[in-house]
Amino acid sequence: MKKLRLNKTSRTNFLTYGMVVVLFVVLQIMSGGGMLSSTMKGQLVPICAYVVMALSLNLTVGVLGELSLGHAGFMSVGAFAGAVTAAALQNAIPSGGLRLAVAMIIGALFAAVAGVLIGIPVLRLRGDYLAIVTLAFGEIIKSIINNLYIGMDAGGLHASLINNTIVLEEGGRMILSGPMGIPGITKISTFTAGFILIMLSLVIIFNLVNSRAGRAIMALRDNRIAAESVGINVTQYKMMAFVTSAALAGAAGTLFAMGQNTIIASKFDFNQSILILVFVVLGGQGRMWGSIIAAAALTILPELLRGFADYRMLVYAIVLILVMLATNNPTLSGFFSRLFGRFRKPQKGDAAR
Amino acid sequence: MKKFTKLACLLLALAMMLGCLTACGSKESASSATAYKLGGVGPLTGGAAIYGNAAKNGAEIAVEEINALGGDVQFELSYQDDAHDAEKSVNAYNTLKDWGMQLFLGSVTSTPGVATSAEANADNMFYLTPSASSTDVLGGVANPLTGTVDIARKSNVFQLCFMDPNQGSASAQYIADQNLGSKIAIIYKNDDVYSTGVYNSFISKANELGLNIVSTTTFTTDSQTDFSVQISDAQSNDADLVFLPMYYDAAALILTQANAVGYKPTFFGIDGMDGILGVEGFDTSLAEGVILLTPFNADSEDEATKNFVAKYQEKFGEVPNQFAADGYDCVYAIYEALKASDANPSMSASELCDILVATFTGGSFSFNGLTGDGMTWDDTGAVSKSPKGMVIQNGVYVGLD
Repeated sequence: MKKLRLNKTSRTNFLTYGMVVVLFVVLQIMSGGGMLSSTMKGQLVPICAYVVMALSLNLTVGVLGELSLGHAGFMSVGAFAGAVTAAALQNAIPSGGLRLAVAMIIGALFAAVAGVLIGIPVLRLRGDYLAIVTLAFGEIIKSIINNLYIGMDAGGLHASLINNTIVLEEGGRMILSGPMGIPGITKISTFTAGFILIMLSLVIIFNLVNSRAGRAIMALRDNRIAAESVGINVTQYKMMAFVTSAALAGAAGTLFAMGQNTIIASKFDFNQSILILVFVVLGGQGRMWGSIIAAAALTILPELLRGFADYRMLVYAIVLILVMLATNNPTLSGFFSRLFGRFRKPQKGDAAR
Repeated sequence: MKKFTKLACLLLALAMMLGCLTACGSKESASSATAYKLGGVGPLTGGAAIYGNAAKNGAEIAVEEINALGGDVQFELSYQDDAHDAEKSVNAYNTLKDWGMQLFLGSVTSTPGVATSAEANADNMFYLTPSASSTDVLGGVANPLTGTVDIARKSNVFQLCFMDPNQGSASAQYIADQNLGSKIAIIYKNDDVYSTGVYNSFISKANELGLNIVSTTTFTTDSQTDFSVQISDAQSNDADLVFLPMYYDAAALILTQANAVGYKPTFFGIDGMDGILGVEGFDTSLAEGVILLTPFNADSEDEATKNFVAKYQEKFGEVPNQFAADGYDCVYAIYEALKASDANPSMSASELCDILVATFTGGSFSFNGLTGDGMTWDDTGAVSKSPKGMVIQNGVYVGLD
């Protein structure tokens, strides 16, 4: 969707902020009033993490216009960096909230560094090639973490690769044990922390998109040659969007990890990357509020379908296909546009879609 | 105008789902207050589904038998799918909590087991897992490599299966005692908790016993179709015994591919190898002479096993594996413990947990099941029973002494 007029853009942005705040307040009240089931309560933090993942991937796919199939790799980097940080700081920072914030910053930093490293070779590629290299990146991260051992004792952190050769002093403990991942996480992620991270991500993304840099990024997406010819630095702006996206994914990874009892590297595999891509495609590329709704709905959906027992994942797939079909059906959209016609003004972008 | 359409579609889809869920939910809640609500979580779909379904089927048979007896202790069973994923297993556990679960059969597989045991520990929900064998499920067990205790003991969590390190060290001990091989090769799956856990303890015990290990190679989930590199490494180092700490699906491929290159050492497996004779398209003659440590033998002659195998075959049309027997034993262990105590079904999960933990660790409680006689538990949560060595001869397991 092309943002043609600023007032329209800001209206959408404020509606998005509003939607998140209203959902948060409603869920908090329901949670406080005991109206939420354990299943729902347990899903609040993962939903927030997936929403931020979808937002950050939307920045790469929708705004920058590059297909990334390895986004779970950044989530993984953030998850493990953040969880190790939080475990190491357990005694140094007793306050859970503060520890989470520090862990998230570290998680985001590590993911940003990974973003820079992968961005240097990857952003020279275009289209399918870029997608395949990001896919490989996700697999590399999985392999590295599957072979990484980190332990901690009074002397600080110790690490070894491939074989666990760590010798720890009395009272030390292993934090990350290769394929066993991090088995004993003290949960410190809260719904409120998730809400704050979503709002923060929205602020960062909306401000980036509506800035001079954001317009340059979108110009690159729409026509690279034209953009280059007017003097836009391709690498710089691509990198800016890509690294921001990676850092947000890292923070989301930390939020996710600190809401789980255990995380393993193979959780963040190709399927996870595709799942996040599905959120973005279903919600609409470049449309942040769409990503939020799609991520939340598709995370809850498999749990709601437990009533179908053995046919659960089949029904999930069918619902996914139906939603995709319905959102692209001209008759249905015609019906709804008549229904809601008075709310809308004609948009040039519509015809193109 | 797409956005309104999209929103409306999503809302409609959600409304449909909610409607269905409440319909299904109301059916479940119409339960009698005289039965204990027993829940279990396992992979009923996905790559590990064979284990989850086996444990579920075994537990179902046990519950049917117990309910048919019509005694004071009656059960209502619900199994939820976790697709072998820690995140989904917690969702499944929460679903069971919403259903009103009082006693928890835990997770079937290890990684989800680590997650659900932590949740159950926080809720003080009694937890007896049929087959989640990782030490991290119990907590409080020293890491075999570093000697550190990485996770505190979760006092309400118990295992019916052997713990991974016990299997590894028992295997090494068994190989040394029986003098099964002079040059040993190991192939293990280094992105798998179960395989790596057994390998770690095997290697530390083997070093202690002075076993000669000539080749150690690994594979991952993504590379478990071609084992030519691992096999040729073992072969070129003249290994006469290959230790395979893994599940039977990968082991079946290794046996087939080793046979194809004419390599015929002794293969030694652990309880995950149980089921290899049932792999579709696998030439069972290749498994001839394979040795494995497993607590359960479907061809056993004792009355309880024969009875269970017959019922399982009639109901599900296949020979039960060790996971099915574990699931069956779990329900009976809880049944015996409930009978031995003054618990009643109207108690809360937390009250029942305190009673059962006291019974299990009391010292006088001992349980005879399909997977072992005189099983006892102590404060560590690990079961005490001895693994049986089995060798495959003429397509059936024969006990080794």
